[in-house]
Amino acid sequence: MNCRSIIKELSSYLDEGLDTALKDSIEKHLEHCEDCRIVVDTTKQTIQIFCNSEPAPLPEDTRVRLRQALEKRLRRVRA
Amino acid sequence: MGTSKANPLEPRPLPSQVVKDDEPLLVAAAKDGDISAFETLVGRYERKIFRLAQNITQNREDAEDVLQESFLKAYEHLGEFQGNSRFYTWLVRIAVNQALMKLRKRRPNQVSLDEEIDTGEELMPREVEDWGPSPEERYKQSELSQILSSAISDLDPSFRIVFQLRDIEELSTEETAEALGLSIPAVKSRLLRARLKLRQKLNRYFKRSENS
Repeated sequence: MNCRSIIKELSSYLDEGLDTALKDSIEKHLEHCEDCRIVVDTTKQTIQIFCNSEPAPLPEDTRVRLRQALEKRLRRVRA
Repeated sequence: MGTSKANPLEPRPLPSQVVKDDEPLLVAAAKDGDISAFETLVGRYERKIFRLAQNITQNREDAEDVLQESFLKAYEHLGEFQGNSRFYTWLVRIAVNQALMKLRKRRPNQVSLDEEIDTGEELMPREVEDWGPSPEERYKQSELSQILSSAISDLDPSFRIVFQLRDIEELSTEETAEALGLSIPAVKSRLLRARLKLRQKLNRYFKRSENS
């Protein structure tokens, strides 16, 4: 495998969606290619950083308007 | 049970498929007319749906409309929710549809999810530098939010939406393809490009040499 084919398979490798043979040959390449190792590692970190990021609290005025809209609709359903 | 080792050959379940214990009960109660159960579900997911809407529409006013419309639609159609997926996944699909409608209304000529995008762009990363462990911890929470928000805003909408659904909302490739009306190869190709572009953007902030 060369560096270009590692990049092509990067997502599937990170998502653990590859068969064992392909996974093994990627890992063999990573053993001796520092650049690819860094790209794999930093792409994995990119995904984790976004995935772990907590959404900001809802702005208070947005929350109030959401509650008002729901209340209006729910009251209509109850009536 | 807690000590049993996971089989490495078995794909681990995505967090989107792990249902909080009380969720089916809350959904069932809401279906039976228990308003407070529905309000609990709203409270649980309002922040995530607002972030999703903001990331897709890139507009605060539109995002607020999407937030309201999504929960109202969910309430209205709760009877149609069969429980085959997690409630949140179903809610995300509603929110994505609302957000895409807003986006297309605002920028009708700029947003097309349907066509294949071949940018002809080189995928090979240009800058390859080590980040070290936990690079995000070098920043305050508010700075980190700003960095992530600005990085994702710069992406092409069709890449941004796929990344949002796969890597932030943690939908599966199949769920993302279904929600966006895309083929699985199209989702995979856009996800790879989005991940590489975001890696490139974050490299500026997180590379070890920047902070050593």
